[in-house]
Amino acid sequence: MSVSTTSTHRTISVEINGTTYERDVPASLLLVHFLRDDLDLTGTHIGCDTGSCGACTVQLGSAAIKSCCMLAVQADGASITTVEGLASEDGELTPLQRSFHEHHALQCGYCTPGMLMSATALLEQNPSPSEHEVKVALQGNLCRCTGYWNIVEAVVAVGEGGAR
Amino acid sequence: MTAVETDAPILSKGSAVGQSVPRKEDRRLVQGQGVFFDDVKRKGMGYLHFVRSPYAHATIVSIDLSAALELPGVYGTLTGDEVAILTDPFFQIAAPPGGHVKDYALAVGKVRYLGEPVVAVVAETRELARDAAELVMVDYEPLEVVVDARAALAEGAPVLHEDCGGNLSYSGVWEWGDVDAAFAEADHVVSIDQLHFDRFNSTPLECGGALVEYNRGTGQWTMYTNNQFPGFAAIMMGPAMRVGLDKLRIVTQDIGGGFGNKITSHPQLVACCLLARKLKRAIQWTEWRTEFHQSMSHGNERWFEGTEVAVKADGTLLGFRTTAIDDAGAYLRYEPLGGVIWSQVAAGMYKWRHIRLEFTQAMTNKAPVSPNRGYSRMQQLWFTERVIDIVAHTLGFDPVEIRRKNFVQPEDMPYETPNGCVYDSGDYPRAMEMALELIGAERIEERRAEAASRGKLLGLGIGSTLDSGTNNFGQSQLINPDLQFSGNNEVATVKLDIFGEVVVTLGTTPQGQSHETTAAQVVADILHCEVDAVHVRAGHDSYWNSHAGFSGTYASQFAVTGLGAVKGAADMLAGQMVKLASMVFQCPEDAIELADGFARIKDNPEAALPFMALGAIPNANNAGFPEDPPTMNCRFVYRPPFDVPDKERKFGNLTLTYATQIHACVVEIDRETGVTEVVDYAAVDDCGVRINPQIVEGQVMGATAHAIGAALWESFVYDEDGNLLTPNFYDYHVPHALDMPPLKTGAFESPSPFTPLGTKGMGEGGGGGIHCICAGIQDALRAAGGAIVTDSHNPYHRVWEMLANPERSRGTVEVTSR
Repeated sequence: MSVSTTSTHRTISVEINGTTYERDVPASLLLVHFLRDDLDLTGTHIGCDTGSCGACTVQLGSAAIKSCCMLAVQADGASITTVEGLASEDGELTPLQRSFHEHHALQCGYCTPGMLMSATALLEQNPSPSEHEVKVALQGNLCRCTGYWNIVEAVVAVGEGGAR
Repeated sequence: MTAVETDAPILSKGSAVGQSVPRKEDRRLVQGQGVFFDDVKRKGMGYLHFVRSPYAHATIVSIDLSAALELPGVYGTLTGDEVAILTDPFFQIAAPPGGHVKDYALAVGKVRYLGEPVVAVVAETRELARDAAELVMVDYEPLEVVVDARAALAEGAPVLHEDCGGNLSYSGVWEWGDVDAAFAEADHVVSIDQLHFDRFNSTPLECGGALVEYNRGTGQWTMYTNNQFPGFAAIMMGPAMRVGLDKLRIVTQDIGGGFGNKITSHPQLVACCLLARKLKRAIQWTEWRTEFHQSMSHGNERWFEGTEVAVKADGTLLGFRTTAIDDAGAYLRYEPLGGVIWSQVAAGMYKWRHIRLEFTQAMTNKAPVSPNRGYSRMQQLWFTERVIDIVAHTLGFDPVEIRRKNFVQPEDMPYETPNGCVYDSGDYPRAMEMALELIGAERIEERRAEAASRGKLLGLGIGSTLDSGTNNFGQSQLINPDLQFSGNNEVATVKLDIFGEVVVTLGTTPQGQSHETTAAQVVADILHCEVDAVHVRAGHDSYWNSHAGFSGTYASQFAVTGLGAVKGAADMLAGQMVKLASMVFQCPEDAIELADGFARIKDNPEAALPFMALGAIPNANNAGFPEDPPTMNCRFVYRPPFDVPDKERKFGNLTLTYATQIHACVVEIDRETGVTEVVDYAAVDDCGVRINPQIVEGQVMGATAHAIGAALWESFVYDEDGNLLTPNFYDYHVPHALDMPPLKTGAFESPSPFTPLGTKGMGEGGGGGIHCICAGIQDALRAAGGAIVTDSHNPYHRVWEMLANPERSRGTVEVTSR
């Protein structure tokens, strides 16, 4: 099974955070394992095996998707943004990342990349979401540290121009 | 949203301590640059997957590995038979009968719960390891299963560990005061047949795992892992593996939540170590969610049977007696410590002086329990809160008034409980007033009527709890007199490096508790420099020499033990900096002050040495000094003041601090469906001096969310065959953003007189949310038959049953009056 064959492996080309990667991958490889294990983009996390927790959320085009629910081969030709693609090259954080910091919207930080990606996709489509709209957008992302209150507050604050 | 009142003496605070300094940890974490164990990789590493038991109780007849080993890319396997040769059983905390349990890294001879690891398979990829595990053929002979702790103790029950002669792991009678006299004096005796605290855990989002390397030349293992109590893991692993503790290097950086659930991963770590040595390659083990739910660290399920409460006519509570039956699951990984930990809060927040509790712990065919946020105290606090509300309900007292009357009062502090614990400080009535005000309790009848007009039942509940912190491990001797543990400790080092960098090393293993930030705040104030100038190393490494036997992050203690060590080391360094400056300037030490990042002569600002000069002298520029300059490298071990408790009387101070949390909620129940909605919620916290109020509030929020989840949705449900029916996040509903009620928080500070900074450990919350939601449901149901809430977990179907048949629970409570 470690032998590469055309039926079990395929060459894919995926643009991730502005860089195009070409790799030969097994057909059974999940996108999240491709990101983490093959490309060492370990900011995308795994918290469950049922597509429930959202720690693996990335942006595929403009949509927030769970990268544990997609095979790497299905991402062939796609453009993906992961948490590593949010801040600028020189480390300048996005307003959303800053807001998470200011509002204490993270503790252990394990769910944070997924939260940020879901919220980023929301803010692109709805720059000033209400509290309820934020909660709806984040209902596929579990957090076990914060109780969500500060996360929701941080996202709403970005929509309000960053004011606390 | 946040009402904050502070009475703490402002002089105890510096420019950084007491401020909501933004967290130092965040910058890496919001960029996905944290390093969790699963992010660590090694060339040629093998992925480990466990073959797990599909039975809750069975004899292992045979294991056939051949098909798995023939699969190309499979590196090797490990079985229980090999483990039994290569290791000794783990040390047992229990005295006999529990002390006879033989627990290994893999099942040996039989399996005792569904999901128990039987074989470990290692292969080139994760997928291949899983595929290969499927090819391992294990032949089982199923045995009779017992999943109920009460049934497990009955005559003729199937026995899990034959060497124990039954399923009893520990039993003891805990009695203080004069219980018979209290019941003779009582005007009312309230009897409660049965109360049940449910099985759940806080399910950290990151599951267990490790990357383990073996150095053949030195015989040392390095474990990059997320174990949250490395001191305990090493003590368990070393003797089992027949090696000294220095052969076991445990490293953590970022940990994706722990909540106690990551204390007992030592069996799996041993399996990884054995395989790293056997297969001559690094071993990568990442647990899957279903595996975590099936096998890791469930919270203690507990029954309280035959409870009787002695009450005076005016509502004064004199005492209680009860029998607690605790369910440890299949192995004793940290148990039976739960059999004593509860007694830190035996009396809850109340002044009753006469208590008898017979504690019995049973082993069952379910996943082993281990600490879970609020470990063992939460169960006891839920019990005392339930008792108060049931007494109020049946005797017609107001739940607020009966609490106010029976609370330990601020003027009683420090208060010695009937079992010798010392509540250090606090103002429980004030915390309750604040919570009630935040929740709008004065308008409750108006709201009740408004809700009724919509067909809803509205209720108000209070959950008053203690967060006891900084364990005296001497309490372990109350359950096993032969144990040689007592006291507590934590370590920190603070040094000034060559270029003047202030470097702090901790012994702890934070999982979101912001230790880098709060440690830097304490150090900055002592050295009179900026918080940003203090570099706190992320995580734990047992090769840093900054740990001791009790190092780790558990049981609400960092603000006392961790920061006590940090303060001690920083004070030492400050003294050395002053001494070195006095040597350079040839002046008395008391002429020197530390200020603005300099050591300088007080009345001569020109004579000032920057930190860089102070760091360089001893490290790199020390010729010509008439005597040795100080090292600028300071290690401090903080040791809280404890005595070994009295084993005969089961009496003594078991924890150093008691933080207060009072929660209050308003719930609405749908009469048709039994669905409970929490419509208002307030949590008031008093944890003494707060180093960083925002971080404290974050902990209060997190503990609240866990409690709300446990009260309404989260439960590890087993069927009678021992199958776990909630093995993943589909079936085990963790609350999401839309589930959370609006929250108001409040805080005030009653500094601890016993700790270096006036702080108290906090963060566990004592399950306040479970208590107050139970109370809120019971209050709401008064208008619909008056059912009594007897379970900690109340999903809609249980509430619906209480609505449909209120007589059933009412019939389990009786009042005998004089």
